[in-house]
Amino acid sequence: MGLLSKKDAKLITDPFADNNPITIQVLGICSALAITAELKASIVMSISVLFVLGLGNVVISLMRNIIPSKIRIIVQLIVVATLVIIVDLVLKAFAYELSKTLSVFVGLIITNCIIMGRFEAFALGNGPWRSFLDGVGNALGYAAILIIVGFFRELLGSGTLLGFKVLGDPIEKTGVYAIGYENNGFMLLSPMALIVVGIIIWVQRSRNKALIEEH
Amino acid sequence: MSKRTDSNLYTVLFAVGMVLVVGALLAFLASFLAPNIDENKRIEKQQNILYAMGVNENDESSAIFVSTAVAEQEFQKYIKKQLVIEGGKVTEDEKAYLIDVKKEKSKAKNGGVRRLPLFVGEKDGKTFYVAPIRGKGLWDAIWGYVAMDENMVVQGAYFDHKGETPGLGANIKQRFFMDDFTGEHLLDDTGNFKGIRVAKGNNDPKNEEKTDYEVDAIAGATITGDGVSAMIKSDLKLYVPYFKTLKTN
Repeated sequence: MGLLSKKDAKLITDPFADNNPITIQVLGICSALAITAELKASIVMSISVLFVLGLGNVVISLMRNIIPSKIRIIVQLIVVATLVIIVDLVLKAFAYELSKTLSVFVGLIITNCIIMGRFEAFALGNGPWRSFLDGVGNALGYAAILIIVGFFRELLGSGTLLGFKVLGDPIEKTGVYAIGYENNGFMLLSPMALIVVGIIIWVQRSRNKALIEEH
Repeated sequence: MSKRTDSNLYTVLFAVGMVLVVGALLAFLASFLAPNIDENKRIEKQQNILYAMGVNENDESSAIFVSTAVAEQEFQKYIKKQLVIEGGKVTEDEKAYLIDVKKEKSKAKNGGVRRLPLFVGEKDGKTFYVAPIRGKGLWDAIWGYVAMDENMVVQGAYFDHKGETPGLGANIKQRFFMDDFTGEHLLDDTGNFKGIRVAKGNNDPKNEEKTDYEVDAIAGATITGDGVSAMIKSDLKLYVPYFKTLKTN
């Protein structure tokens, strides 16, 4: 990345692995449970968070010197809610179909702890450009986990990927269903998302011992 | 943080200022975009009604409306009559599709007479009666349009929702769920209203049995499914007297 200095590049790459918002910081778990029953929903949510977190971090960073510290959390909440509502209104007026797909996610984005977490931990103390990179990096790290979880839950729970029947038809008994395979409906329920996230954390920590806390 | 931003006066002024700025911005934007949004909603209603009676661009697996550009035109072409049923009285009203079902429902709850819209459409020589329904899902409102023939046999259905869980309850607007309703009977042989239940384990996942008053439920979406059964039962039942008059004429 010629555009970015080494320090800036780390802002993007760190959240992918060693400082992932979901598996290491344990933020954004609620939305990771709620909407990963389908790969498509995971992708839509990832893109929305990318947009809101990137932009929100910049706005908060620009305001960081004038925000009264006593009410900073409320100010952050208002900024993110305003951004999301503006996007929602504009989409409703000019891209109605898209807005219908996204409307479910609006509430989830506003309450997503990754957004508040990054505002609080990073944007309040750093300049706009670095805050933007941090936002994008964390959103991508969040996206990576969401897409992995969404992939396995949809594949094992419904036998489809992005709606395509990749494993055959469970009712007509074609593909792998012909040899007795059954979808695991349990994968569609939220607790399984937590278990999949747990497995990702396990894999990640056994590959990188530095992440294991000592007690 | 500098000292200045810690004072109480500054905090209060900042809060007031922020509320004013954000409030004004959102209010301005909302009223500026309102005509566009309303128009989109109006077109969507027309698309929904047309969809239910089979005027759509569906491909093999996904539900696709007629395009927004031609929705108005197609609506005029296929919908022959828009009726409003009020008590026992039936009148024609060109704006019946704009009737707010939510408002009518709460009016009925408070003892008023509910205005029931019914759209009579014609396609390939067949007559369709399309009725709107509305109810509650798990998180928020769910609604839809059901197209029936004169015997109250479902000819097509469209469902939508405000905030059901993506991948679970939100799937009521997927083809695999909506298409199951086509051909289902709402009345039994003697003309009593039975409704259609979204049932778990109905031993008919391929939905070959059309007179069992059941369709197969979606796994993990029990409450949304129950909401669909409930709104079919409560709202379509109100149209039974009208369909009876069709028979006697």
